[in-house]
Amino acid sequence: MKISATVTLKKDVLDPQGKAVNQTIKNMGFKNVTDVRQGKYFEIEIDEANKEKAKEIIEDICKKLLSNVVIEDYIINYK
Amino acid sequence: MRSSVIVFPGSNCDRDVAVALEKFHIKNQMVWHNDTNLPKTDLVVLPGGFSYGDYLRTGCIASKSKIIDDVIRHAKKGGLILGICNGFQILIEAGLLPGILLRNIGLRFLSKNVFLKVVNTDNQFCLNYKNKDIIQLPIAHNEGNFFAKKELLKMLEDNNLIAFKYCNKNGEIEENSNPNGSSNNIAGVISEKKNILGMMPHPERLIDPLLSGEDGSILFTSLIKS
Repeated sequence: MKISATVTLKKDVLDPQGKAVNQTIKNMGFKNVTDVRQGKYFEIEIDEANKEKAKEIIEDICKKLLSNVVIEDYIINYK
Repeated sequence: MRSSVIVFPGSNCDRDVAVALEKFHIKNQMVWHNDTNLPKTDLVVLPGGFSYGDYLRTGCIASKSKIIDDVIRHAKKGGLILGICNGFQILIEAGLLPGILLRNIGLRFLSKNVFLKVVNTDNQFCLNYKNKDIIQLPIAHNEGNFFAKKELLKMLEDNNLIAFKYCNKNGEIEENSNPNGSSNNIAGVISEKKNILGMMPHPERLIDPLLSGEDGSILFTSLIKS
């Protein structure tokens, strides 16, 4: 089963990279872009047929490794 | 006193800190990250560098190394742990110190000397800074922007768990002396039991007049003071 996870900074955490990207977008002339937040995207191949079980495992991995729950949120997506 | 410097793939200040420890007659051993047990040791040092190429988050992959379980046991027994720069990032990712180190606010790698105020001298690492609490040490990092939520900052301040703050040459803690955007100018924090210190500046780089100063030596002489 292929599952993906997206990790993003929490709203109240400063994101200097996103800010720099946002500024560059503006400099390029895309005037109506107001904000950019940068995150990470993971594609995970998991050998588990049971969807619920797979979800649990990925959730655990997200909490323990892929995100730092102090500053980041994660969303798990199924294909 | 015996010390163990943990070496990760990508550590690059491990030998510098070993030289510093040995200069002050601390018996040091290098320990590979893949080992499961620490040798008999009083102090564990997590050195600076770029462990695992800073992949995922700085210090994150190193914090899942085999040896870290034993480092955590060492911490729980009250053993001393010093994390410098990348070592500080690893301590945070391992959950041994609170907060998080984000990218520098200016998005630049910073390599320069900074002034520091030693805020807490009541711990084994900073005892000898009682006589000199405004010091200068080098920083060299890209992710040194210490971030903590308001409640955590208050807890750190109220419990005197901040070891170093960035300041100007007169020891005044002000915005202009904050190189990386750290909350409350924090450059180093200690654990509640005061046995763990994490700091972004590099004391091991200023231990000899030939290296243009000895403010770092004071940390090592504090360690051997009983």
